[in-house]
Amino acid sequence: MNRPHSLTEYIFLTAAVCSGLLTAAVFIFLLIFSLPLLENGQLTDLLLSSWAPDKGMYGIYPMLMASLTLACLSLSISFPISLGCSFVITALAPARLRRLLLSMVRLMTGIPTVVYSFAALFLLVPLMRNILGQGSGMCILTAAPVLALLIAPTMIIFFVNSFANVPRSATLAVDALGGSEIQKLLYVMIPQAWPGIINGVLLGFGRAMGDTMVSLMLAGNSVSPFNSLTQSARSLTAHIALVMAFDFDSMEFKSIFVCGLFLYIVTALLMLLLRMTTLYFSGKR
Amino acid sequence: MRRFIESSITVFSWAAGLLLTLALLTLVGYLLKKGGSTLDVSLIFGDTAPLDALMLRRQVFDGLFPAIIGTLLLITGSMLIAIPVGIAAGIYMAEYCSGRIKSFFSLLFDILAGVPSIVVGLAGLSLTIFLHRYFSTQITTSLLISCLSLALLVLPYLIRTTQTALESIDPLIRRTAPALGASRLQNIVRVLLPNSISEIVGGIILATGRCAEDTAVIMLTGAVASAGLPRSIFNQYEALPFYIYYISSQYTGPEELARGYGAAILLILICAGLLLTALWMQRRLTTLLLYR
Repeated sequence: MNRPHSLTEYIFLTAAVCSGLLTAAVFIFLLIFSLPLLENGQLTDLLLSSWAPDKGMYGIYPMLMASLTLACLSLSISFPISLGCSFVITALAPARLRRLLLSMVRLMTGIPTVVYSFAALFLLVPLMRNILGQGSGMCILTAAPVLALLIAPTMIIFFVNSFANVPRSATLAVDALGGSEIQKLLYVMIPQAWPGIINGVLLGFGRAMGDTMVSLMLAGNSVSPFNSLTQSARSLTAHIALVMAFDFDSMEFKSIFVCGLFLYIVTALLMLLLRMTTLYFSGKR
Repeated sequence: MRRFIESSITVFSWAAGLLLTLALLTLVGYLLKKGGSTLDVSLIFGDTAPLDALMLRRQVFDGLFPAIIGTLLLITGSMLIAIPVGIAAGIYMAEYCSGRIKSFFSLLFDILAGVPSIVVGLAGLSLTIFLHRYFSTQITTSLLISCLSLALLVLPYLIRTTQTALESIDPLIRRTAPALGASRLQNIVRVLLPNSISEIVGGIILATGRCAEDTAVIMLTGAVASAGLPRSIFNQYEALPFYIYYISSQYTGPEELARGYGAAILLILICAGLLLTALWMQRRLTTLLLYR
């Protein structure tokens, strides 16, 4: 019944298959280009050693740690704020203000990341420089709040949507029992909507790991391993953007494909996890 | 105790909302304060007469004109590639695909949507190297490669919006035409697509905004700081977001920096304008989702 019959319908099929193949093609391209490094240098070496091209070491460990630290830090700033905002938008504010706030949040998703970073570069970086009293002011602690601001709208919209999907009969019951809005949120909506909250956090984490401009412009891009948050660091994405200048056959250049491959795999795993939590909880309910 | 937790969470939530609003206002306000005064004709055209520049009679060297044109070309090119493929694939997903194949495909598209833009740029770059090595040494990073990569970046959004728009159509509307003897394809083309056109167009506009703002893809695939207007799609080009990034690290004086602020405001205006249009078009869908 679902089989295509006419040429147009075959075109639809081809478009879908091609789009699927392109997803695989990106992976294959990254894999082919990073093979030389994966073959002779051991993978663990690559992931766990540091970056010193002049000594023949192309490890991406410092960048890996920087990316993870940045993502976790910005997520832990952004999560409570986003949850609070989604509370306000879902229930606490009067209807008019709710709409206004939601429009603002949606508008925020459209603000270019390069503009956020540009403004923060001249606003936040001098501030951090003064507070720290040393260095350039570009460090993990500068980039994390901006990254938090960047991923907040994604999470807020996801949270608000999952609160909105809570069955109306449950929320009406709270109203009937004389519960307040915050009681409704805490004792009825969160227990019902928390799989959605987990998914929002996963998506936010993915966005924070994948963003290039904020960490490239604000985190300082030093390749040496960092041991405090006030030090400059280089994320995987920024590393890809910065190694560009080398010639195409060098090992430095090939190593950025390993970074790309790693980011791709992390994304794929996150999406699988997202899929599994959704399936698991929808089956349970 | 319980009462205390409840009220402190309420207070915290309001504080969070306030903080977010303040952060946004600070950023935008700062940009406007610093760059508001640069917003005039010479920001775009420099010393060249606007008419000469628009007619392509003279090059603009000290204005944003080449970057703006570059961004417009990028948007047009990538959307020309992405829209037909995205909508066709979205129709297939919503109307023909089912069961395991459907969930496999949607997983693939989810992954594609989640892949960081710099990785998409990297894929574009590796395509360039591949072509350069095996086909012609003339091929370098160019406007065409950027358009292809950006198209790949927004493809999953287009597929998803088309698919959800079609799937959320009222079953009553969906069944009417087939009951009257229309074929599946006729039903899609004559009934389902027209019914969901505002959501689909909204999705297209959102994707356009994504093309306009993305920096990571184009910095790997051919955007440069000073190229003037590209002569063909095989040349390198300038673009607004890349210009902003370039200025932030390479500015030589206050004038260039002011132009950077101007470019940032222009880019915000373009993106916010596109987004508001999309929201306006999709309002029906959003209200459906959020205020049932």
